[in-house]
Amino acid sequence: MLSIRNLKVSIKGKEILKGINLEVKAGEVHAIMGPNGTGKSTLAYVIAGREGYEVTEGEIIFKGRNILDLSPEERACEGLFLGFQYPVEIPGVSITNFLRTAINEQRKYKGLDPVPAVEFLAKMEEKKQLLELQEKLASRSVNEGFSGGEKKKNEIFQMAMLEPSLAILDETDSGLDIDALRIVATGVNKLRRPDNATIVITHYQRLLEYIIPDVVHVLFDGRIVKSGGKELALLLEEKGYEWIRSES
Amino acid sequence: MEKNQNNILEEVTTSDYKYGFHTDIEMDLAAVGLSEDTVRFISAKKNEPEWMLEFRLQSYRHWLTLTEPTWAHIHHQAIKYQDIIYYAAPKRKKELTSLDEVDPELLETFKKLGISLDEQKKLSGVAVDAVIDSVSVKTTFTDTLSKYGVIFCSFSDAVQNHPDLVKQYMGSVVPSHDNFFAALNSAVFSDGSFCYIPKGVRCPVELSTYFRINAANTGQFERTLIIADEGAYVSYMEGCTAPMRDENQLHAAIVEIVAMKDAEVKYSTVQNWYPGNKKGEGGIYNFVTKRGICKGSHSKISWTQVETGSAITWKYPSVVLMGDNSIGEFYSVAVTNNFQQADTGSKMIHLGKNTKSTIISKGISAGQSNNSYRGLVKVIKRAENARNFSQCDSLLLGDKCGAHTFPYIKAENHTSIIEHEATTSKISDDQLFYCKQRGISSESAIGLIVNGYAKEVLMHLPMEFAVEAQKLLAISLEGSVG
Repeated sequence: MLSIRNLKVSIKGKEILKGINLEVKAGEVHAIMGPNGTGKSTLAYVIAGREGYEVTEGEIIFKGRNILDLSPEERACEGLFLGFQYPVEIPGVSITNFLRTAINEQRKYKGLDPVPAVEFLAKMEEKKQLLELQEKLASRSVNEGFSGGEKKKNEIFQMAMLEPSLAILDETDSGLDIDALRIVATGVNKLRRPDNATIVITHYQRLLEYIIPDVVHVLFDGRIVKSGGKELALLLEEKGYEWIRSES
Repeated sequence: MEKNQNNILEEVTTSDYKYGFHTDIEMDLAAVGLSEDTVRFISAKKNEPEWMLEFRLQSYRHWLTLTEPTWAHIHHQAIKYQDIIYYAAPKRKKELTSLDEVDPELLETFKKLGISLDEQKKLSGVAVDAVIDSVSVKTTFTDTLSKYGVIFCSFSDAVQNHPDLVKQYMGSVVPSHDNFFAALNSAVFSDGSFCYIPKGVRCPVELSTYFRINAANTGQFERTLIIADEGAYVSYMEGCTAPMRDENQLHAAIVEIVAMKDAEVKYSTVQNWYPGNKKGEGGIYNFVTKRGICKGSHSKISWTQVETGSAITWKYPSVVLMGDNSIGEFYSVAVTNNFQQADTGSKMIHLGKNTKSTIISKGISAGQSNNSYRGLVKVIKRAENARNFSQCDSLLLGDKCGAHTFPYIKAENHTSIIEHEATTSKISDDQLFYCKQRGISSESAIGLIVNGYAKEVLMHLPMEFAVEAQKLLAISLEGSVG
């Protein structure tokens, strides 16, 4: 699904990622953990193609293709989804309109006709129920006036609607109360399929009580310094990041 | 990798005007320039009665004493009033009785504009008075409307057939001496629409008029008069596109609305005249005086406009709130791109007690354009409990354009409540990236964000207009946003 090889990234000449290697297979859930400022969000943005990041070395192979030359929208159309740490407000644009536009642009990319309205609305309904979301969500403007929890749930809802091959969830758990956390986690679990994969970025072990990862990576100072099973997360929780610092 | 935003913005300027075509139809032209003879020529062409000619001549003589206003935040080369042809009418071969007899080329023009003059309009419930250059070509649904006593015809026909109404109301809202351009229009106006809704009648269809500037070097001077008698209601739509032209064309229209007691008039405009090319050459100069008067108590006038065209827009649809408890509304989206200049806004003049007004203005500037909001809220001494709420938002695309706000407030009654809110924002990189990450291209994202921004105004447009307006916003900013 995704393989990142020796990825080095700088922002304004300062090296942030110093040689990342990562292999994610279809059907897997990976967790990337690490203290603040170690490059977790940078990694997510670079995979998604945000500008302002200079890739100095390495490659990102997604579904067998190096995507570094693709625009963010092309990557999205190829099946890449980023759940934002800070979802952006788009005043006056309803979630329905936003998602229909997104789905139709993705369909256009694949040479498909726009989705019929009835089919689209039925899908909205189905996914809303799956995620136990309130009825009114769809008519509200994208993230405008949303609470932190609502924004994150909305990210998961978009993920459910867009059905990506690979979803990267950047600190989706931050700012969530326990109920919201559970809804988000349940959503991710329900959307899990043998043909898709998820990367969960977090710095608390808490989320991983609900989303059981196949692999846990510890990102520290621009490198993945440790990888292991879900027990690694527990070990981290117990020993703290100081432990990594002393080991690396 | 993704293009940076400024590059994308510059691409906007490369998108060409999509309505630039020109129909070759034999024209009946006045001589170039303006004099009393020109005024007489126009009046004679239209076979006008003496009082009409007199109105024109007085206006012309007054115009001679005026100078162009210079207070607007616009810059342009001097308009050469003597180089303009003041009258152009498609030559009629004979009286037309059905659509089949209309010049096929003319019909083709309408087709390109997406205007159907045929029975489809009936199904969609729209009566159309189509104006090409100066003469109304065809009016439909007059029969249906006349059953309700509604008069909807060209201004020229109204002069011939309803002289008393015209005499009573013409110039009663916008006097010929109101301003330079109003005086000019009053002297040389070619044609336009006339609409009268009798007492207690709710006009059963949306009335719509398409104006179109078609002949080279021809100014267009329409004049529209709408009268809603006591308890009447009408929704009126005006839509414009004009073909491409190299020279600047002057356009100075007048719209007058009279709302009697308990009457309501809703006036919607989508204006998409040729804005000039990306270097700022050509384009329409649009100097318009639009004003309504809420004459009776509990009357209401509502202006909604979507302005995407013209090289220069100078336009302040206003409401004089004379009747007690009357309501004035102004909803506007003005888009400027490339080198377009817009100085637009509204005036709400509170004369009566408990009068209310709302102004919602959304400016969108891109390219190297300048977009100004200019508004006046005036409350006179006897206007107890007058209320106004104004909101003026500016959205900037790129860093070479300008947005300006000139709000004037004059309150002479201490019981009045006047609120003014203003914001300036940009489409952020975060918003663009968020959209793109969902697979939405830069262009669609800009269309989406801009339409979201303008939603408060667009929702006041009649349905068929709203769809067109949304497309227009996206087209006008094509290449500029994602």
